Amino acid sequence: MAETAVEYWRWKEYNWRDPDLDPREAQVISAGVDVGSVSSQAVVMTDGKLYAFANMRTGSDSPESAQKAIGWALEETGLTLEDLHFVVGTGYGRVNVPFAKKAITEIACHARGANFMYGPSVRTVLDMGGQDCKAIHCDEKGKVKAFLMNDKCAAGTGRGMEVMADLLSVPIEEVGAMSLDVDEEPPPVSSTCVVFAKSEASGLLRQGWPKNRVLAAYCAAMSHRVCALLGRIGVEEKFAITGGIAKNPGIVKRIEKELGVQALKSDMDTQIAGAVGAALFARVLYMKSRKTA
Amino acid sequence: MITAGIDVGAKTIKVMLLKDSEPLAKTTILAGLDTRSTLDRAFAEALEAAGGLERKDLDFVLGTGAGRQEVSVADDQVTEVTAAARGAWSVFDTARTVIDVGAEEGRAVRCSDSGRVEDFAVNEKCAAGAGTFTEAMARALEVDLEELGRMSLRSTQAVPMNAQCTVFAESEVVSLLHAKTPKEDISRAVHDAMASRITSMVRKVGLQEDVVVIGGLAKNVGFLDSMKRNLETEILVPEDPEYVGALGAALIAADRLAERR
Repeated sequence: MAETAVEYWRWKEYNWRDPDLDPREAQVISAGVDVGSVSSQAVVMTDGKLYAFANMRTGSDSPESAQKAIGWALEETGLTLEDLHFVVGTGYGRVNVPFAKKAITEIACHARGANFMYGPSVRTVLDMGGQDCKAIHCDEKGKVKAFLMNDKCAAGTGRGMEVMADLLSVPIEEVGAMSLDVDEEPPPVSSTCVVFAKSEASGLLRQGWPKNRVLAAYCAAMSHRVCALLGRIGVEEKFAITGGIAKNPGIVKRIEKELGVQALKSDMDTQIAGAVGAALFARVLYMKSRKTA
Repeated sequence: MITAGIDVGAKTIKVMLLKDSEPLAKTTILAGLDTRSTLDRAFAEALEAAGGLERKDLDFVLGTGAGRQEVSVADDQVTEVTAAARGAWSVFDTARTVIDVGAEEGRAVRCSDSGRVEDFAVNEKCAAGAGTFTEAMARALEVDLEELGRMSLRSTQAVPMNAQCTVFAESEVVSLLHAKTPKEDISRAVHDAMASRITSMVRKVGLQEDVVVIGGLAKNVGFLDSMKRNLETEILVPEDPEYVGALGAALIAADRLAERR
């Protein structure tokens, strides 16, 4: 019997559209495309309202990933690329979005996006991405005041969590809940490096630790590391977490506990914050260009 | 006078037996999952290789390495930094900088003209800058470790490697392969990246010639080549570079006995 390898790190890719909005009635149709190192998102906004988006894995080719993401976001909307008034690219691969008129850093876009998704009271945004982690301070307009980031090391990033999900054969979406299902919080994994933490986790499994306990130990270590980054810039309330890891309650709850601060909730997908910010910038840029024209 | 140095590394355990400070026997064995039982086996093999000695025949045993606390047969312990300096100096008495790169740690030691430690820097937190890094890259390139080193010497152009982190570098190597970058050039990029991490540790302690490289990575010709280019110096490599820590410990054991008498 042929066996298929299960890729536990693989999360669900999907697209979404608001059926109540009619883009033909919109004055400005703007879009933001966030090509990250691990995931890519395309967001389409009609007059500054979230209309449609797609969230998918970044392929080996950035321009192609950008094309795929926007194509999927526009699926069944009746819109084509030509209907978009202005597109802004952001993220690690932002210069590789061929149909974007402008590229804006993901720091600016995440702050702007978080302001839209969580409201103007957000002052600290923690963006936990696939290959980096950023702590951003912003004002009531979502403008960046200061930021700190780690993009050198996989510890504290989504990629690190994927490595652990694969090691333990636990689907990435279940990691968080499983890590919270422990009677008592175990001591955190002592290695910072993901490669060493992986060996350490293997050792714990061999000692007979159940998977949930190993995950708790890893999530605790990762949360602690991220809190150290936040500690360097300080946490001003209100506080929001964006990016893929914001969907992992095992990390969110532990960060909240360590900081003694609650993170704001949003009914929108936390992974699209950067693309939302980019689409909002695109709208403003389009309106400015019309004024000057 | 028979002394022993037992170096418990992350990946291998090395045992060196000396008779009046001259090599008597040596063994190396993969550390495996159960360090204690592997240690017993490595020690027993060394005693056997020395002509069927027993523990009571040894006058002084020193443990060293990251797992040195595990060495139950040892009379005492010595840090791997001290052992590396003493061992390297015994092979090359001109050694002033000793670079020791093992499976999970890397260190740079500046030593005096008598083999004593003056300053050192250690990386034990991050896999980039240790043998684990090259092993992961060899896996990504689907070549064995020896081939990885040799391939590096055949590189015709320097390609930059942006990632520092081992996890990110794995993805980068895959991307470079997708972009049809020759494996030889990727291999050189891997060793250059590794060498630049080690070099920054060397700069911290201050580079002084002669430079001696020991530890498992000293057997990787690609890494040595990158180190030479990075440091702009010649590099000395002992015959059995992975045994130098154990050798140093066994020599320190002999030194201590001599002091007592």
